[in-house]
Order: sequence, then C-alpha cells, then structure tokens
Amino acid sequence: MHQTFDAALELNLLHANQKGADHNREHFDRWGITCLNIMSSPGAGKTVLLEQTLAALRDKFNIAVIEGDMTTELDADRLRQYDVPVIPINTGRSCHLDSKMVAGGIHILEHQHNPTDLDLVLVENVGNLVCPAEFEVGEHAKVALLSVTEGEDKPLKYPVMFQEADCLLITKTDLAPYLDINLDRIADNVRQMNPKIKIIYLSAKTGEGLEPWFDWISNLVKQNAVNQLARQI
Amino acid sequence: MHETDMTKALILTVKDWYRSQAESVKIEKIHLIVGQFTCVEPLSLQFAFEVQTRNTFLEGVELIIRNIPLIAFCHTCQQEYKPEIGLQYSCPDCNSPMEDIRSGRELKIDRIEYSSITNDCNGFSRSKGFSRKAPTVY
Ligand SMILES: Nc1nc2c(ncn2[C@@H]2O[C@H](COP(=O)(O)OP(=O)(O)O)[C@@H](O)[C@H]2O)c(=O)[nH]1
Ligand SMILES: [Mg+2]
Ligand SMILES: [Zn+2]
Repeated sequence: MHQTFDAALELNLLHANQKGADHNREHFDRWGITCLNIMSSPGAGKTVLLEQTLAALRDKFNIAVIEGDMTTELDADRLRQYDVPVIPINTGRSCHLDSKMVAGGIHILEHQHNPTDLDLVLVENVGNLVCPAEFEVGEHAKVALLSVTEGEDKPLKYPVMFQEADCLLITKTDLAPYLDINLDRIADNVRQMNPKIKIIYLSAKTGEGLEPWFDWISNLVKQNAVNQLARQI
Repeated sequence: MHETDMTKALILTVKDWYRSQAESVKIEKIHLIVGQFTCVEPLSLQFAFEVQTRNTFLEGVELIIRNIPLIAFCHTCQQEYKPEIGLQYSCPDCNSPMEDIRSGRELKIDRIEYSSITNDCNGFSRSKGFSRKAPTVY
C-alpha cells in the first residue's frame, strides 16, 4: 500500500535566502556598518553615482563597495581610485545578487580589511528591474535608481522594486530637456504604490541633486548607528 | 531568466526540509502559493523547475502553483480593491495610494506531499490510510 503524507511547510520560497540575509545583517550590525542595496536597470547610473558618492563621503565615513554589476574589471578599477575597498562579486549568469554571494563579499571584508572600522557598505546590484527586489542581501535600506530616459511608466510595469525601495533616485535629470518626459509623473507613479518613499532628482553629470542624496545617506548612517548601539546595550 | 534563480531558491529550501527528515522520504508533489505582485511568472517557474530538477532528488516531482491575486485595502474607503497591475495601483474610488497590501506578495511553499521510503508495516507509520492532512512535520 502506498501512503502519502502531507507536510505543511508554509515556508517562504526565499526562506534560505532570507536566513542568509538576516545573518549578513547581523554581521553588519555587530560591526556598526550600514548597508545599502543599490538597484536599477542596466545603465541607469549606479556606478557613476557610486563614484560621486565615494568622492564626496569618503572623508566623512569609512566606506567599502561590494560590486555585483561588473561589466569588466574596469568598473572596479574606476571605484578603486577612491582608495576604498572594492570587492567584486562574480555573479555568473545570475540576474541578481543573493545573500550567499554577498556573504562571500563579507567574508573578504572580514579577512582582508578591518570591518569594525567601516561605517558604510554600498552594494551595487546586478542591472535588472525585476529580480533584485525579491532577494534581500542583508541591507538596511534599498535604493532604486530610475533614469529619466527609461520613461514614466517603468514603475507601473515593474512595480515590485519601486514598492520595496526606501529611496528612489531619478537620475540623469540633465537629459530631461531633450526628452518628452514629465518628471512629476514618474514620482506620482511611484507614490501610487509607495507613498512613504524618499524621492530625489539628481544628475551625476551636473551635480544637481547630489547634496540631498548625500544628506539622506548621512542621516541614515547616523540613525542606524544609534539603533545598532541601542540594541547592543 | 530570474525564474532560474527562483527555482534554485525553491530547491535549496526543499533540500533543507528534505535533510531535516529523520527517515528518508520520497517527495511527490510540491504545492506553491505565488502572488501576482511578485517577480515570478508561474509558467516560467514550472518550466525552470522541470529543467533544473533533472537527475536530482526532485526529478519528476509535480509542482502545483496556486496564484493569488493582488488585493489592497483602502483605509479611506474602508474597502478592498484589486489594483490593475501595470496601470494603476491607487484606489479607483478615491485615488489614495496603495499602502496596505492584503494579498499578492506571497511566494511560499504551502506543503509537500511525500511518501515514506522505508516501508514499515508494523504500525509505526505516522499516518493512517491516504490522509491528506497528516500532522505538520516541520
Ligand atoms: N547624461 C548623463 N549621463 C549619465 C549620468 N549618470 C550616468 N550616466 C551615463 O550612463 C551610462 C551608464 O552609467 P553607469 O554608472 O555605468 O550605469 P550602471 O549600469 O547603472 O552602473 C554611462 O555612460 C554614464 O556616463 C547622468 O547623470 N547624466
Ligand atoms: Mg554599474
Ligand atoms: Zn479609496
């Protein structure tokens, strides 16, 4: 006789990834690090923005980059100019970073750098509007970029990332005059599904809007450090 | 392409469960619940699952996917509504933003149907007959 049993799991499909992400976050919390997961479609301007961010904030905070969007070694080299640890992750053919890959990066941080000295880890995710939003890596906040060239309707069509993000950067605003695009409509579309999101318009080319972005990061790092200390007491 | 990775995650999670079983079991069906407001496309997931489980302990296992629609609750109107994915997420009656998602974000393994490989005929089996609601194992 053939007996079948039923195991009610009710487990999140991403259970294993989530466990890994929580574990990563525990490391960051123990070391007093704030981690940002930076996501967008390919070419929205993540790497250029990271360069600007390193240039502006490296004197204020000790920063490291986990780079998951390497087209070539050149990307990592561009970032290394700023004298911060840059850890490239080989994502293979995967279209997003997962917590295990980032754990690999954390392992390198732990053994080759001094993680307790760090304040901020910036993770550049693989260029993709769909999946990275579902795979947490241990971040304290999610940052989504959307360039003005991508069109107003992208948030409606790829809602999950925009619904999950804590901060939206509408990038390449210097190009807006050449396009038939309504910047307010992008923001409205995102706020339809995420009314609490912080939205910043910026251009890495002209520098417009970068200050509010640096302020947002600085506040988050300080706030998070306070929370981390409070939890340790 | 992302279904490949989602399937990997599914296989890892099931493997965790599989290894945690005291006795060896044969998995027969995996029941999934997939919300509409996720990045998972059920058909692609089915396909990826079939391909990626070939020659593994999950080969031939049936994947049964239940779709859950996106339902939001509008606090202004005090009622549920179904946002139109791709078009509009705010409340169709009062335009309030979608803040409270009631369903549609699910991505879970609901249950696993399995049979015992060691055929213990001496009354130690954990369930009688063809019970579909055996005690929760996990
Ligand atoms: N005009 C303009 N171009 C930008 C801006 N930011 C990035 N780019 C360009 O967009 C392209 C992709 O940028 P990159 O940072 O590599 O995008 P990533 O794929 O998201 O990392 C590069 O050619 C950048 O020079 C911007 O603010 N204005
Ligand atoms: Mg890049
Ligand atoms: Zn309403």
